[in-house]
Amino acid sequence: MQQELRIISKQKIARDTVEMVLENKSISQVTVPGQFLHIHVQGHMLRRPISIANVDASNYTVTIIFKILGEGTRKLSTYDVGNKIDVLGPNGNGFPLDNTTQASTLLVGGGIGVPPLYYLAKKLTEQGTVVTTILGFQSKEHIFYEEKFRELGNTIVVTNDGSYGEKGFVTNVPDEVLPTIDRYYSCGPLPMLKAVKERWITVPGYLSLEERMGCGIGACFACAVPTDDRGGYKKICQDGPVFTAEEVYLG
Amino acid sequence: MNIAVELPGLALKNPIMPASGCFGFGREYSKFYDLHVLGAVIMKAATLQARFGNPTPRVAETSAGMLNAIGLQNPGVEKIIKTEVPFLASFSVPVIANIAGSTIEEYRQVAKAFEQTNQVAALELNISCPNVKEGGIQFGTHPQMAQKVTEAVKEATNLPVYVKLSPNVSDIVEMAKAVEKAGADGLSMINTLTGMQIHLASRKPVIANRTGGLSGPAIKPIAIRMIYEVKQHVSIPIIGMGGVMQAEDVLEFLLAGASAVAVGTANFQNPYVCKEIIEQLPYTLKQYGFNSVKEAIGKGIV
Ligand SMILES: Cc1cc2nc3c(=O)[nH]c(=O)nc-3n(C[C@H](O)[C@H](O)[C@H](O)COP(=O)(O)OP(=O)(O)OC[C@H]3O[C@@H](n4cnc5c(N)ncnc54)[C@H](O)[C@@H]3O)c2cc1C
Ligand SMILES: Cc1cc2nc3c(=O)[nH]c(=O)nc-3n(C[C@H](O)[C@H](O)[C@H](O)COP(=O)(O)O)c2cc1C
Ligand code: FES
Repeated sequence: MQQELRIISKQKIARDTVEMVLENKSISQVTVPGQFLHIHVQGHMLRRPISIANVDASNYTVTIIFKILGEGTRKLSTYDVGNKIDVLGPNGNGFPLDNTTQASTLLVGGGIGVPPLYYLAKKLTEQGTVVTTILGFQSKEHIFYEEKFRELGNTIVVTNDGSYGEKGFVTNVPDEVLPTIDRYYSCGPLPMLKAVKERWITVPGYLSLEERMGCGIGACFACAVPTDDRGGYKKICQDGPVFTAEEVYLG
Repeated sequence: MNIAVELPGLALKNPIMPASGCFGFGREYSKFYDLHVLGAVIMKAATLQARFGNPTPRVAETSAGMLNAIGLQNPGVEKIIKTEVPFLASFSVPVIANIAGSTIEEYRQVAKAFEQTNQVAALELNISCPNVKEGGIQFGTHPQMAQKVTEAVKEATNLPVYVKLSPNVSDIVEMAKAVEKAGADGLSMINTLTGMQIHLASRKPVIANRTGGLSGPAIKPIAIRMIYEVKQHVSIPIIGMGGVMQAEDVLEFLLAGASAVAVGTANFQNPYVCKEIIEQLPYTLKQYGFNSVKEAIGKGIV
């Protein structure tokens, strides 16, 4: 639904990366990890999809973390505390928590795919699920939320340029340093998701996909993703953004 | 204030309807408001078989608008008749079916298929989708082809037929006259203008299809000009569209000669836009000295 959210704090948490805490009663009560807000930015025709990175239901807040990428996110980053943001949401279907408390899960996030995994990690650990996280960033100065993830479980950070942690991609982390996992959750750029799906092919997993959107609610077919090579499809904004790894065809 | 209008086959309680492709089949927007308030609904294009559409990215943002190359993704006419039409009809709002095809025969069959239901009030003949390449024929840019496909569809159906014109032509009046001669009951204009955006970092067109159709406020002056020109040369009514964001825009389309107005891209930014425009329209008409919608139609032509 359409709502106005008041910005109650804004903070630069890494290079070109902004964290905003937004106040809203209903969204903070109903959001599940992996859902997104479709944000109207003044002067822009299309809304921007941004994941919900954290929720504090008792204080009625939701947190978003976004990277300044182009004009829309740049403009959004200039909004001040006290301003209101017009959003549609929470949109989409999130990550299923699969309430089997003994499970060991792996969370794999890359860049702007990291934010939704934080709320997920919180929810999983709350229900007693063991969480191991691999986070990939471009370089040291892009890293955010490392400490927050560490508080919830074993966390491995890699950077593309090797300026922090091991150099390389999230899928380069060797098996020896990882526990046996029952399922994984992943969000990040498409090439990363493909590599994750291949590497953990035998493990059930959930992927959160990204696509340029029009309506963000399922009406315009901008964000269709094939589910096979025979014309089957799902809409990322409505049926996703989270899918089981086997149900989507990543090309 | 009376904001009702009568068009062939369409008794509209107000002149506002969502444009084809920008409202799906109404399901998503029905969660925002009661679709009964709308003058009519134009459905997403129907083709004979289900279509998956183009590879993604399918949309890009532009200054005051957007590009799209969805590629007519739709579940196919039979499924639309079975599941989507009854849903929309349940809001007791006139339903207009947008039909598309790659051949004249496909257009004919899709038009014919809508005879199965009595819940569709009119057809909008999409001869102007820039995103479908099969057959190599652009029905929307050759007057003779436009005339042929209109004749074929008129023969296949008893429903009123509104032909949706492409702005990607040098002489829009010639196109309008051709389809009027072929028996069109009305015109719908304009569809999107072919455009392109190149992504600087990757040095490639943003849209996978390379080109896409430009819509939104960026195209409004073109829509207004084309309606203004066409209105003076045809006697069939025009459903106007292209960049409508607010009630003032609707009045501008009426003044240029449109009898009703469709709202497309604006729904993406504001899902309530059609409802808000309908509520605002009487005040806007009044502000500019009109006592009804009918009174304003074509009044801007000098
Ligand atoms: C479900 C989902 C969740 C997301 N969550 C986050 C998040 O939590 N944090 C974050 O930083 N980013 C997130 N993104 C990516 C974010 O939407 C884009 O970075 C943002 O839209 C770019 O807007 P811009 O105006 O700065 O860039 P521009 O390049 O100027 O944008 C132009 C157009 O392209 C679209 N676009 C450009 N890049 C992307 C992209 N990667 N994905 C989707 N649309 C794009 C824009 O929305 C806009 O319509 C998410 C994307 C999706 C689909
Ligand atoms: C995402 C999108 C999908 C569209 N799909 C169709 C379609 O299926 N059939 C059609 O006749 N027009 C289609 N159109 C064109 C619109 O109906 C309308 O003519 C055009 O967008 C101009 O109006 P606007 O500026 O208000 O969007 C589409 C437009 C958009 C933006
Ligand atoms: S963005 Fe419109 S259907 Fe997903």
